[in-house]
Amino acid sequence: MSNVIEFNNVWKKFNRGEKLNSIRDLVPAMFGKALPLGNGGALKKEEFWALQDVDFKVEKGEVLGIIGPNGAGKSTTLKLLSGIMPPNKGEIKINGKLSALIEVTAGFHPELTGRENIYLNGTILGMRKKEIDAKFNDIVEFSELGEFIDTPVKRYSSGMYSRLGFSVAAHMEPDILLVDEVLSVGDIAFQAKCANKMRELLNSNTTIILVSHNLALVQSLCKRVILIENGKIFKEGGADEVITHYQNIVYKKEGEKLQKKIRAAEDKPKINQNTLIDISNVLISNGDLKHKNSFKGDEPISVTIEYNAKKLIEKPVFNLTIVRSDGIICCSASTSDNGALKTSEIEGNGKIKIDFGKLNLTAGTYIIRIYIWDKDMMYAYIKRNQDIFRIELENFNRQTKAVFLPKVKWEIE
Amino acid sequence: MLGEIIKYRDLLFMLAMRDIRIRYKQAIMGFAWAIFMPIMAIMAGVIVKLAMSFVSGKPLDLQGITSITVKVLPWTFFVSAIKFSVNSLVSNRTLITKIYFPRETLPFGAILASLFDFFIALCSLSILLAIARVGISMHILLVPFLLIFFILFTTGLGLILSSANLFYRDVKYIVDTILMFGIFFTPVFYSSATFGRWQALLLINPIGSILEAINDSVVLHQMPDILWLSYAGLSSILIFLLGVRFFRRLEPQFAERI
Repeated sequence: MSNVIEFNNVWKKFNRGEKLNSIRDLVPAMFGKALPLGNGGALKKEEFWALQDVDFKVEKGEVLGIIGPNGAGKSTTLKLLSGIMPPNKGEIKINGKLSALIEVTAGFHPELTGRENIYLNGTILGMRKKEIDAKFNDIVEFSELGEFIDTPVKRYSSGMYSRLGFSVAAHMEPDILLVDEVLSVGDIAFQAKCANKMRELLNSNTTIILVSHNLALVQSLCKRVILIENGKIFKEGGADEVITHYQNIVYKKEGEKLQKKIRAAEDKPKINQNTLIDISNVLISNGDLKHKNSFKGDEPISVTIEYNAKKLIEKPVFNLTIVRSDGIICCSASTSDNGALKTSEIEGNGKIKIDFGKLNLTAGTYIIRIYIWDKDMMYAYIKRNQDIFRIELENFNRQTKAVFLPKVKWEIE
Repeated sequence: MLGEIIKYRDLLFMLAMRDIRIRYKQAIMGFAWAIFMPIMAIMAGVIVKLAMSFVSGKPLDLQGITSITVKVLPWTFFVSAIKFSVNSLVSNRTLITKIYFPRETLPFGAILASLFDFFIALCSLSILLAIARVGISMHILLVPFLLIFFILFTTGLGLILSSANLFYRDVKYIVDTILMFGIFFTPVFYSSATFGRWQALLLINPIGSILEAINDSVVLHQMPDILWLSYAGLSSILIFLLGVRFFRRLEPQFAERI
C-alpha cells in the first residue's frame, strides 16, 4: 500500500499577540527575497509552537482519527494538510485530490440564492462547473431544500444553511477527505443521512482523516487513532487503545481540577467549625488498608474514617455518600440504616470502616462525602467533602452516563 | 500560477459572477449602475471644460467633450477595479482562513467584475460615438492592445494593493484618497499637451500615456507617440509581473496574518 499523506516532522509556529509588520518586510518580498517564514528553531517573544515535530503517514483507503483536547493542534494539522498555511519546518506530501468537510458554509454569500451558492461554494471547494451541473439535482435532493432553492440564503434558517453546505461538500469525489466535526448538522433525520453518506465514503476507498470530540464515533469509524496534546503526538495506535488512554487522561485531569477546587475551598474559613469531633484521616482502599486513588471498576472499595472525639459523644451516626464529579449521588450508607451498626458512645481516637464491596461504578471521578450526626440526626458535628477517588477506564466501548456498570449476564430464552 | 488559474477558471468566473450579482441584487437601477459613474464623471468634465472656455473666451469645442467621454470610461474602470480589488482579500477572510484555493482568484474576480461594468459602458459609448459621427480610422485597431495594457497595469496594481491591505489596513484608506483626487493628476479632463514641456510628467504615469494613446487613436485619428506607447506597454507588463510576484511571495502568510 502506498502512502497518500506524509506529514514529515512538521513544526508550526503561531503568534500569540498582535503581529506588527513593518514595511521593511514587504519591500524585499517585492524584489524576490522571500519573506522569512521564521528560521525554524528560534522562537521570538510572543511566539509558540502549535505543532512540534508531528510525524505521521496515512495509507490509501485508511481512516485515521485525530483526537485531543481543545487547542491541542488538531485543526492546525488539518489546515496544514489542506494547504491553507505552510509549515515552518518539515514537509507535507499529499498524493491525490484532497477536499475538506470543514466549515462547509464558509463560501456562501447571504445575498445569493441557494442555486447560485451551490455553484459558488462548489467551485470554491474545487469542483468544476460541469461537475456541479451533473450533480446539481442530487445536491438539491440531498439538502431537502427543493422549493427554497431560488431563495436568497439570507432568508434560510441556520439549519437549512448548514444542510445546503453539507450537501454541496458531500458531493465532491475526493481521494482524501478531511472531516472536522461536521456530522452534527441539521435535525436527527438529516444527521442519519450524513452518517449514511460517510459510510458510503468509507466503503469507496476514500482516505479519510476524521477530527472529532465524539470518541464513540471515532472508535466506530477509525482503525488507527492519533492523540495530539500540546502540539505533539502523544500516542498513536489502535483506536481502542488510544481512546481508552485519552479518556483516562481526561478523567485524571478532571480529578485534579476537582482536588484543586476543594483545596481552594478548604482554605476559606469554615463557618460550621465544631470542635467536638474531628476527622483526622480518611483512607480509601480495596480492602488491604493501603490508600489508593484509582480503582478498577470491579475492585472492592472500602473507606476507613479516623476520628478524634474530644468529649464523650453518645450514639453518633456516621453517614457516607459517593458523589460523581458531575453532581450525581451514586450511593449512600449510614450507620443508622436498618441493621447497619449500633454505635454506642465514643471518645478519643478511633476508626470506623465501611466496606462497599464491588460497586461496579462507571469510569470517572468520585467524591466521598462524610457526615457525622448526633444521635437524633438533628445536628451534624462535622461534614467532610474532600476525598476523591477515580475509576479507571479499562476499555472504551461505549459512552454512558450510567452510574453503575454491573456485571450482567445476557441470555436468549 | 497560470496553470492553477486555468484549473480554477470556473471559480474565477463564479467569484466574478458573485460580485456582479451582489452589486445588482436589490438595486432598482440595475445595470444602469454600470454607466452611472461614467456619466457623473463626464458631466464633471464638461463643467470643468465649460468653466475654462468662459475664462479663456474660447468657445466650447465638441471634440474636447468627446475626448473626455472616451478617457473617462477607462478611468472609472480603473477606479472601481482598484477599489474592489484592494478589499477583495480582507472582505473574504473566512474563505482565506478556512478553505484552500488559489488566492489570486479573489482580486482577479474583483477586476473581472469591474470589467463587466466597463464593457457595458463601452457598448453605450460606441453607440454614442457613432451618433456623434466621430468617425473611424485604422488607428482604432490599436485600442484592443491599449486596453490589454491598461487591464494588465490595473491587475498588477490590484494584486500588490490587495495583499498589502491584508497586512496593513491603512492601505485601503490611502488608496481611496489617492483615487478620489487622482483624476486631477491624470490627463482625463484635459489633454497632457496643454502642459507643454511638462507633458512628460503626466505621461510617466502609465495610465496617463495609455489614456492619451486611446484618445489619439479613437478621437483624433492619429498615431500615438510611439515612444510613450512603448513605455506604457512595457511598464504595464512590468507592473503586472511585479504584482504577480509580490502576491505569490506573500500568499503563504495570508491565512495567518489576515
